[in-house]
Amino acid sequence: MLLSAALFMIGVFGVMVRRNIIIIFMSIELILNAVNINLIAFSAQLQDAIGQVFAIFVIAVAAAEAAVGLGIILAFYRNKETVNIDEMNLMRW
Amino acid sequence: MSERGGPREKVKEDDGTLGMKYIWLIPLFPLLGAAINGLVGIRSFSRRMAGYVACTTMIGALGLSLVAFWQLLGLPPEARAYDVVVAPWIPNIPLATRTGIGLFNVPWGFRLDPLSGLMILVVTGIGTLIHVYSTAYMADEPRGGVARFFCYLNLFCFFMLMLVLGSNFLVMFVGWEGVGLCSYLLIGYWYEKKSAADAGKKAFITNRIGDWGFILGVFLVYTTFGTFDFRRVQDAAAAMPIEAGHFGVLSAICLLLFIGATGKSAQIPLYVWLPDAMEGPTPVSALIHAATMVTAGVYMLGRNAVLFQQAPEVMTMVAIVGVLTALMAASIGLVQYDIKRVLAYSTVSQLGYMFTAIGVGAFSAGAFHLMTHAFFKALLFLGSGSVIHAMAGEQDMRRMGALKKYLPVTFATMMIGTLAIAGIPLLSGFFSKDEILFQAFLHNKAIWAIAVVTAFMTAFYMFRLMSMTFFGAYRGPSWETAGHAAVSVAALHGAPHPADPHAHGRAHRKEHEVTHGPAEPHDQPHGAHALAGTDQGVGVPGVKDDASSGHGHGAWHGPHESPPPMTFPLMALAVGAIVAGFVGVPAAIGGNNAIEHFLEPSFTATHVEGRAEPAAAEPAGEHEAPHASRQVELGLMLFSVLVAVGGIALAYRFYVTKPEISEQLAERWAGAHRLLLNKYYVDELYGATVIAPTFKSARGLWTVDRNLVDGAVNGTGKLTVVSSWFSGLTDRTIVDGFVNLVGWIVQESSHGFRRLQTGLVQNYALLMLFGIFAFVGIYLVMR
Repeated sequence: MLLSAALFMIGVFGVMVRRNIIIIFMSIELILNAVNINLIAFSAQLQDAIGQVFAIFVIAVAAAEAAVGLGIILAFYRNKETVNIDEMNLMRW
Repeated sequence: MSERGGPREKVKEDDGTLGMKYIWLIPLFPLLGAAINGLVGIRSFSRRMAGYVACTTMIGALGLSLVAFWQLLGLPPEARAYDVVVAPWIPNIPLATRTGIGLFNVPWGFRLDPLSGLMILVVTGIGTLIHVYSTAYMADEPRGGVARFFCYLNLFCFFMLMLVLGSNFLVMFVGWEGVGLCSYLLIGYWYEKKSAADAGKKAFITNRIGDWGFILGVFLVYTTFGTFDFRRVQDAAAAMPIEAGHFGVLSAICLLLFIGATGKSAQIPLYVWLPDAMEGPTPVSALIHAATMVTAGVYMLGRNAVLFQQAPEVMTMVAIVGVLTALMAASIGLVQYDIKRVLAYSTVSQLGYMFTAIGVGAFSAGAFHLMTHAFFKALLFLGSGSVIHAMAGEQDMRRMGALKKYLPVTFATMMIGTLAIAGIPLLSGFFSKDEILFQAFLHNKAIWAIAVVTAFMTAFYMFRLMSMTFFGAYRGPSWETAGHAAVSVAALHGAPHPADPHAHGRAHRKEHEVTHGPAEPHDQPHGAHALAGTDQGVGVPGVKDDASSGHGHGAWHGPHESPPPMTFPLMALAVGAIVAGFVGVPAAIGGNNAIEHFLEPSFTATHVEGRAEPAAAEPAGEHEAPHASRQVELGLMLFSVLVAVGGIALAYRFYVTKPEISEQLAERWAGAHRLLLNKYYVDELYGATVIAPTFKSARGLWTVDRNLVDGAVNGTGKLTVVSSWFSGLTDRTIVDGFVNLVGWIVQESSHGFRRLQTGLVQNYALLMLFGIFAFVGIYLVMR
């Protein structure tokens, strides 16, 4: 539980402070994995397989999310020649 | 022609009276002529063509009338009534009457009986002659104007025939209103002239007052009897008790009908329109305002003789009004100078005679006088038209004189007419007038006395007219100089002259009178002046004729006899004026008074209701006639002849041998003379009592209308404007304000909120994190 909490906080911190979108992406993966660890831990403690099944679902969704996210980053990089998150303000009003 | 009068009609058809079946065609002929002239003629007919069309239709109507009348004569006296129903008019409508619910149905029904037979002969006969006369008299008019004139004249004959042939009150009313309309149209024929247009209006409006009484009477007839048919009304009325000494429903009906008759037949108090009606062309005066239309009232009273016999009170009233009208009009006629006006007052006076006759119960005498009067008055009017034509529009008798040698035919025929109207024996007027006088004598001595005085005046003023026109010295303009003088005068007068060339003299004279005050002919220098004035006045039309219309006369070459189309009707009417009286030669001098026996069935109820009733209702005269000795009648005749001769002699002395006497008399009785000259100031009286208040009240009502009604409307409008302004204000400030406020708030708040949207993912994520912390924090705290 502590490990998962630490991992989660590291991920959140990474998302908040880093400028490189790749690093942010990796931090998101960390958050997801922290959630997975949490799910597994509760599953083991409560002797319930549902948690593990859920974790596997999360991993699958994370894989898909990674594919989509990397695709977006690639397309962005092709346009802007950068991976700096501060340059990504096209949605500003 | 089915449901009504069934059995009687069947009998008729067996008799083979074919022509009478077609009496409804008689009015249609003039209608056809009017339609042709009105629809096609005004645009495309020549003067001659329009005249031919009108005359042809009238001759057709005359022929048919003669055939129908002849067949009527061939019937036995009791059976002389023939009904034809051409078409239904108003279908059955249930309508309340006094005795319950009646069926209101009115057919286009025509009835030929002795009275209407006589009338159609008068209307078509005199109408035809006057149409012929008009072709010459109106020859100077513009082309379309002639067609218009003949269209109206034919239309008039149509309506007049409808009036006399109608078998019920409503068909009669159609004719009644129609002749009023045509009278209006023809009086105002020269509508550019204000006096003519005004006279037309006056005639129409005055008649309207009478028509009000007539239509009310007709309504009352319906609610009382439940039918409009003359015969049925008469039969029903004959069955009712005589309303002597009290004023019942029959008296009310008769009084209302009599009001109608006073309007149409120009009796006191509604006679004022007739003298003014002389503004119309002279043939119109002759046909409508002397021979036919004005007798419609007499005819109508005769038609309802049975009703009147049941209402003796109203009869007395009729007699009094009649004889007073006769006296008053005759006295005015004594001093008038306009030749047509003298004749107009004479007409009013003679109509008064007819009403007197009806009032004393001598219906056939009234109808007889109607017929003879139609002849000699039409003759006199046409003669005066011939004189006016000869004098190029001059109507003032003071500027005529000695015309006998220029107008021999006109003089001779007019002399016959004058003698007839004056009541000289063997001429028509003598028989009819003496019949009336005799009946009046039997009925009421006072009425007789007034009537005799009137007869004296009649003889006097008619002979005064003849003397001033045909005898004495010529006082008109000299025509040798007219040619030269006229050119310059015409140039001077230039533009504005009325369309009527005949009216020039008149217009000029009016103007003259305006500048020199009211006509005071006895003022010598003034008279000289008048002559000088006329010199110019008459020259103008002559030149106008020459220059513009290409009329044959050229410049006016002095008085001249009229062309044959004008003299022929004069001669025909003169013959009529002589012989028309012989149908009514009284028994006292060896005649058999054929016309009275002929007309008798029209004035009594049918045999169905029992003979006794109408016989009892006969006027006293009928009964007394046998024992009112023959000497009395002869004596009265002799007396009235003496009176007439006296009047003639006096007039001859005053106006031919010693013209100064009349002037001296006029000076001595200046007040009376002025009173008569101004027609008793009746026009002024009506002007002050009726017309001025009407104008005033109209003006007052207009003010009320403008201030109150318009004010209310405008006020409402203003109120609406103000309230809508307020509501607009509310709308703008509150409603719009609210909407704008929302918009404004959103706009203003967006300034703050849009800062949030930085486009930076990390900002969003940070906010989300804060949110989560906040929710978790709240969750923890709340728990």
